[in-house]
Amino acid sequence: MIEQVAGFAPQTASGIAQLLWLIPAVPIVAAGLIALLKRPRRKLAARLAIGSLVFSLLLALCAFVHVISGWAAGHAVRETVNFTWVQFGTATIDLGWVLDPLSAVMLVMVTFVGLLIFIYSIGYMEHDENFTRFFCFLALFAGAMLGVVIANSLLLLFICWELVGLTSYLLIGFWYHKPSAAAAAKKAFLTTRVGDIFFFLGIVWLFSQTGTLLFYNNGVGSMEPVALGGLVSAHAALGLSAATVIGLLLFAGAVGKSGQLPLHVWLPDAMEGPTPVSALIHAATMVAAGVYLIARVYPLMQAGAGTSLTVVTWVGAATAVFAALIAVAQNDIKRILAYSTVSQLGYMMAGLGLGGVAVGIFHLITHAFFKALLFLGAGAVIHGCHEEQDIRKMGGLRKEMKITFLTYAIAMLALSGFPLLFSGFWSKDAILEAAKQSSGSKGPFYLLAFGAVLTAFYMMRQVSYVFFGKWRGHGHAHESPRVMTTPLAILAFFAIALGAIGTPAWPWFRGFLEDRSVSFELAKFGEPSFLALLATSTVIVFVGLGLGWLLYGNKSPEPEERDVLEKAAPPVWAALANRLYVDELYGVTFIAFYAWWARVADWMDRHVWGGIVALVTVIFGLLARFNRFFDNEWINGGFDKSCEELYSGGGMAARAQSGRVQTYLRILALGVVVLVVILIWSSRG
Amino acid sequence: MMNGMPILTLLTVLPIVGAGIALVSGRHARLVAMLTTLAGLAISLVVWTHLPADGSMGFVERAAWAPSLGIEYHLGADGLSAIMLVLSSIVALMSIDASHRVHRQPNLYFALVLLLEAGLFGSFTAQNFFHWFLFWELSLIPAFFLIKLWGGAKRGPAATQFFVYTMAGSVSLLIAFLGVFLATGSMDFEHLTLLASTGELAQMVTAHLGNVMPWLALGVLAGFAVKTPLMPFHTWLPAAYSEAPSPVTMLLTGAMSKMGVYGLLRIAVPLFGHEYSVMRTPLLVLAVITVVMGAWAAAAQKDLKRVFAYSSVNHLGYCLLAIFALAVPATSTAMQNSQAAALNGVILQMFNHGVTAAALFWFIALIQERSGGIRGIDDFGGLRKPAPVFAGLMGIALFSSLGLPGLNGFPGEFLIFRGVFPLAWVAATVSVLGLLITAAVILTVIQKVFAGPVPERWSGENSSGFADLHTGERLALAPVIGLMLLIGILPQLIVDGVNPTVMNLLAHWRF
Repeated sequence: MIEQVAGFAPQTASGIAQLLWLIPAVPIVAAGLIALLKRPRRKLAARLAIGSLVFSLLLALCAFVHVISGWAAGHAVRETVNFTWVQFGTATIDLGWVLDPLSAVMLVMVTFVGLLIFIYSIGYMEHDENFTRFFCFLALFAGAMLGVVIANSLLLLFICWELVGLTSYLLIGFWYHKPSAAAAAKKAFLTTRVGDIFFFLGIVWLFSQTGTLLFYNNGVGSMEPVALGGLVSAHAALGLSAATVIGLLLFAGAVGKSGQLPLHVWLPDAMEGPTPVSALIHAATMVAAGVYLIARVYPLMQAGAGTSLTVVTWVGAATAVFAALIAVAQNDIKRILAYSTVSQLGYMMAGLGLGGVAVGIFHLITHAFFKALLFLGAGAVIHGCHEEQDIRKMGGLRKEMKITFLTYAIAMLALSGFPLLFSGFWSKDAILEAAKQSSGSKGPFYLLAFGAVLTAFYMMRQVSYVFFGKWRGHGHAHESPRVMTTPLAILAFFAIALGAIGTPAWPWFRGFLEDRSVSFELAKFGEPSFLALLATSTVIVFVGLGLGWLLYGNKSPEPEERDVLEKAAPPVWAALANRLYVDELYGVTFIAFYAWWARVADWMDRHVWGGIVALVTVIFGLLARFNRFFDNEWINGGFDKSCEELYSGGGMAARAQSGRVQTYLRILALGVVVLVVILIWSSRG
Repeated sequence: MMNGMPILTLLTVLPIVGAGIALVSGRHARLVAMLTTLAGLAISLVVWTHLPADGSMGFVERAAWAPSLGIEYHLGADGLSAIMLVLSSIVALMSIDASHRVHRQPNLYFALVLLLEAGLFGSFTAQNFFHWFLFWELSLIPAFFLIKLWGGAKRGPAATQFFVYTMAGSVSLLIAFLGVFLATGSMDFEHLTLLASTGELAQMVTAHLGNVMPWLALGVLAGFAVKTPLMPFHTWLPAAYSEAPSPVTMLLTGAMSKMGVYGLLRIAVPLFGHEYSVMRTPLLVLAVITVVMGAWAAAAQKDLKRVFAYSSVNHLGYCLLAIFALAVPATSTAMQNSQAAALNGVILQMFNHGVTAAALFWFIALIQERSGGIRGIDDFGGLRKPAPVFAGLMGIALFSSLGLPGLNGFPGEFLIFRGVFPLAWVAATVSVLGLLITAAVILTVIQKVFAGPVPERWSGENSSGFADLHTGERLALAPVIGLMLLIGILPQLIVDGVNPTVMNLLAHWRF
């Protein structure tokens, strides 16, 4: 249930809140230093990047502890530091940062997962010639992402939002010599920018309507009741309030960034980037920024009279199923995970729409850990199989890569929502519960439940192909070095342990985010509503896993062989394998229109508008003809000749004799004479 | 105030003297030009930092010239003028820096560049039409010869088209202004602005000449519409920008195009604000077309210079969009703030576009030096590999042009949309499409030039390769890139100086 939070009273910023800006600033400075390093110095670059993130992590932990202790002491923390950036007219553009439970949780998650992935990257990128630049971009990304998290101003959030977009672009195109990587980078930037222009309009609108872009500012921020009241009463269009329309515009930005329908097409292609990038940016953090945005502006979404959140819910639920369906028919280990990410982001959105901030963000946090783990595990597999990404050419890796297999299995069970033991179960269950109890349509619940079956199924399929059966690749697979497996183990621990803070018996996470006291009640596990949901979830997961094992477990089909499902239903399989033709659809509509209209614009320029110039030239030519007694050179081409004279002869003399100059001066002199005559004439009058 | 020193006169005379010296200074013409421009930059910065705090005209110089004709020697600078002086100096400095390979007639070349600079300084400080028009035209002559004599293969037609077109605009501007003069007997901007703000101007014109105010407004607008340009008066631009040598293109787009927007703000809107508010809708349509079709036309170009030429049309289109959008009577503080946002945005955008566009054409000059003149978008590929620093720095300039937050392009565009959206939401909503298309254009340039495999031409055994920036070039470009970052992070460095002037201008405009 959503309750209006009353506990966040205006507060003066504590010392730690004052220093919060250092959390994004230090990694950005580190990135700048790495960029300026005279020669590629690998060790120093890695140390700078990792050191800066360690610093940010420590500071984030301090902030987290501060927020928790405030909450435990009974006064919820929401401390802001605001300052004026630009003044125009009598108004100002203010920026600022905020320390509250939401930003504190995200800060810890981003710095912690980020740090593990940075460390992993030392091993993964060891042989890359652009190792230094990689860490430069990673540090820049971390700084920008942390900026998104702490922003107390929609504009600052947008600025950092675009910067993470830039680093995402740079890192997807990290291997820029591959045309596919360059194209994927461009596609990612442009697809998210489609969402961003709506986001931009939303910002501008919100700003002009409320006069501020600060979220919280002692009662006059844009997410506080006074401003929201104004937005609700302002009429926009189609019977919607400004609050609704602005909320939907902001959501469009989130749709782009978080890969929701219909702007999901960039995320699978983003897998062209190095695998640590996929783990950090395109699974754990950046793509979750859209979800975070909606959580941040949640009061506005609520003020949208249900319409905004209903849209969020349906888009999320539809995306969850849509992407899960496509994931079933993919053979690239990273693409399966990419579609899985799209699908899980859909769950988060639906969770936000149905259950509130805590439900959506809890899944965001648990997903960050287990999905980062899956990607890092996939990276280890890819490395171990000599850069092979096709799951049909793997197999039996559980023997060669024991640690990778174990951790991967934990993450896979967490993602599938295996009952009770794994964090993913608790976070996904909360979403399903919210969907089930929703007073509105039950459609999202059925969609999300079906999506859960598919999730368990495609993960089982993937794990069977990769780790079970017999080896079908070439060469020998090998386990990864310690620098890569240690982060896996740590992430695996959290993929299990994080569930403990979000069970119905001890909903610590929810209480923390929503400022409510939390007690431990074991009896909640015995309640019929919980047991019913537990039963449903168990059935869902076991149907998915069981079907997957039945069809793929230990079968080890040859790479050339057609998939069992493909044999069963070729047209359906083809559609899914081709990503339901969305890319093709966009290709023949939007992209074709873009190219065609560009040619139209060019043609108009050359022929239509150019025609006007031709007309002007003709008129001037006629004037010149009329003028020939005075200026023979114009028609004779003496103009060009004298220019050449000036050009070759040079000097003052040639210039004075230039026919063109004379022409011009004559016109000017004539003009001046006319002007003077008129002036004298009129001044007499 | 600087103890009554005629500092603006000094500023304008300086490049003229410099031009004279450059002509006779043998091999040191470029040095002379550079020192002159540096001095000009220093004076401009003095002007910029010593403006009156209330946004009114500072450094005013008045002297009788031909009083019976309404001609007075009247100079002055407010925030708008001063930031344009600074911009002109920076762009001229960049241009001179970039033109180190002028082998033919360097003395004449640099003298003409300095004359053009004088034209810019003069027209940005003149407060009397006669005086202003003289410098407006003065800047045209050197620009014409710079294109005509040092341009590319099709320089002849390009220069003529540029000249004829701009002249046509100037003539219409002159005739329209004469009408104003006939009715009022004044050529003084300050005086005329006051007359217009009370509505007397329209009464006087109507009494003397009949109902011609709309025609005068259109006539004046035409001159500026050509210069800026406003579609469909832009067709001279792609040819001129692409045929002019790149350093001259830097001047054309970086500084001269700003004369058009400046003229709108100094002459057209103050005098004819009401007329423009009446014809606001068609003007907005043209501005939106300029924004969107400019970006789209850029997408179809194959020549890098033409790509950025159209991109310039798009970027200045935002200025026109904002100016036309704010031409509406303000009935509330919120509306006044929107107008202030839009106008601040216009001025910021002028400065930022000047710096960024000049930088981009500078990079094209550097590319051409390395490629022997080749500059087709499809002629390159993978240049990040042989020239990583080049790619990095040009990348920053490109992203600045794209409007990436954190770089200078963003704050101006944000302020413009902040101002335009509440005043003309349909125009703003359609125009954001320009932001998207510009992004597509610029990312395509990056993709085609810097990513992918390196073509045979630059990697083959017979090629000399594509050299990265050497230390001198890096040092020359570093301040420009630094400026982009600085303004991106601290736009208040400009807005704080401009905002009082914006308030002052808006207070005198009548819509």
